[in-house]
Amino acid sequence: MPDEITKYNFSFPIYWHGLYLPGAVPYVAIVCFIGFALAITPFLVWMERVVIAFIQDRSGPNRVGPRGLLQTIADGMKLFFKEDIRPKSVDVRIYYLAPVLAMIPALAGSAVLPIQFVYFHNLAGEVFKVPFTVGDVNIGLLYILAMSSLQVYGVVLAGWSSNNKYSLLGGLRASAQLISYELSMGLALLCVVVLAGSVKLSDIVQAQNIKPFGIDAMPDFLKGSVFSWFWLGSLGVPVILYTISMIAETNRAPFDLPEAESELVAGFHTEYTSMKFAMFFMGEYISMLTVCGLNAAVFWGGPLPPLNIWPLTIVPGAVWFITKIMLGIFFYIWMRGTLPRLRYDALMNLGWKRMLPLGLVWLFLLAGLNLLREPNDGPVQPNKDAVPQVQPTETTDALNESPTPARPIQTSARSYPAIPMRDPGITIDNPTTHFAPSRTGQGAITAKISR
Amino acid sequence: MLAPTIIFWILALLAISSALMVVLAKNPVRSALFLVITFLAVAMFYITLSAQFLAAVQIMVYAGAIMVLFLFVIMLLNLSAPEALKEKGTLQRPVAAILGAIFITLLIFSQALLEMPTKPALANEVENLGTVQTIGLSLFSPKLPWLFPFEITSILLLVAVIGAIILAKRKLD
Repeated sequence: MPDEITKYNFSFPIYWHGLYLPGAVPYVAIVCFIGFALAITPFLVWMERVVIAFIQDRSGPNRVGPRGLLQTIADGMKLFFKEDIRPKSVDVRIYYLAPVLAMIPALAGSAVLPIQFVYFHNLAGEVFKVPFTVGDVNIGLLYILAMSSLQVYGVVLAGWSSNNKYSLLGGLRASAQLISYELSMGLALLCVVVLAGSVKLSDIVQAQNIKPFGIDAMPDFLKGSVFSWFWLGSLGVPVILYTISMIAETNRAPFDLPEAESELVAGFHTEYTSMKFAMFFMGEYISMLTVCGLNAAVFWGGPLPPLNIWPLTIVPGAVWFITKIMLGIFFYIWMRGTLPRLRYDALMNLGWKRMLPLGLVWLFLLAGLNLLREPNDGPVQPNKDAVPQVQPTETTDALNESPTPARPIQTSARSYPAIPMRDPGITIDNPTTHFAPSRTGQGAITAKISR
Repeated sequence: MLAPTIIFWILALLAISSALMVVLAKNPVRSALFLVITFLAVAMFYITLSAQFLAAVQIMVYAGAIMVLFLFVIMLLNLSAPEALKEKGTLQRPVAAILGAIFITLLIFSQALLEMPTKPALANEVENLGTVQTIGLSLFSPKLPWLFPFEITSILLLVAVIGAIILAKRKLD
């Protein structure tokens, strides 16, 4: 993307006072992601209460702070000082473990979301594009699915260890529901994998940075625009399947059967009080953030602006990404305010008899369409006529073409070591580099610009 | 010591101790949870061996789906009472001990435990070893002999699914 790089004239130097900056990206990302997820949760609770109040035509929180903005903080303080009640016959260790298990997988899943692309330049003027994630691993999508499949443990174990029949029923419902809807979710995401030719999330975002449906005759401002993202590229149905199953995966209304308050008191967290209850609450909101982030990255273009025109393209990608996440959260709240809770058999019918066959049919359809693509294997390379990208397998060729053959690690830029403050020239032989997580290289040389 | 070695020993201890606890724990739910920890440790082993796809599938299929079904059944049956799990027969233990001893002797004599690969693979070899693309290309390539076993396995799974549906239907009708 030469045009994008010249607009983004800002790029970090690759060394700053001897510190290897691309290696520091995962560490900065860890702090940013956890901090963002924990800090935004009170705002999300406030947003939910205000929007629900608007939908139901009442005032909502309006006493503490401007428009009740500090109400959630006050509620949090109250929860923090509440007495921690533990019922007599619970299974103590699992009872205390369950709230943690409800929160950790959701937070871990967000690690691979490509929030933004950061640019680095070396002395030779080569620009590296590095996604701002904890690790842009080459199994990104599978990793998020794996983490979201672990989320069920928090709910199920809370239900079982509470030794309460309502909680147990909530836990049983949760396990059945999550297993059922994971299938539709996986099928919807597989449709996108077929289109993008990769399960790496930054590749999936890059594959959306094309003209709509890959037609070259389209005007230039539509390149990577809202019409070329995969919600339209996969012909509409997978995004609907994914959105329904993402609501079901996070146990939100209208799929909140595990905590259906009119039948099961409060379902799986009936027996939880104080901060343990708050942790379930936060786990729910963080998992909402994660699945909405996956939705944004996979179906809605991730950090790409909605139109490729001037004032929109200078906005950082993280702003677009967070905007898309927030629209997803708004959709959640909207659905909660609109739809009544499904009956249990209706839930299972929808998952197994409607969504699963539809997803299978759509996967076959898209796989068939994909055979028309040229070339029809390997990752989609968005712009063939642009500056040639360094292919992962052709690093030696890139080394020959490079006018100033610098140190080998910089020309074969896929293998940034994850450990900063180390001379990269020597890490290529380092035995630690055969350890996979540090070697799932981030970034490739995307263009060379003269400085 | 090198970082991979340290990580290997931490993971090895985690995997083996939690695998032992699967057998030793009295409570069936705790056994199942320890089995989940074993699966996660094995998945991390896969990652250290550059088999990323296998690691993700291990977590998704075993820890995320199969063990949830296990827990579901355990909770439904409510096996929390330890008396329900008391073993009746006494023949099982000595037979298992003898078989285990034979197995370990075989392993030692065949030197499978001692001949570990010591040389780390080259970085370029490892780079794409366990990615989805590499595994897909080797599974479905017509030049390699693994396409036929793969398809046969899928038919086996289909038969199992149809069999499960038929059995469940018969009970309902």
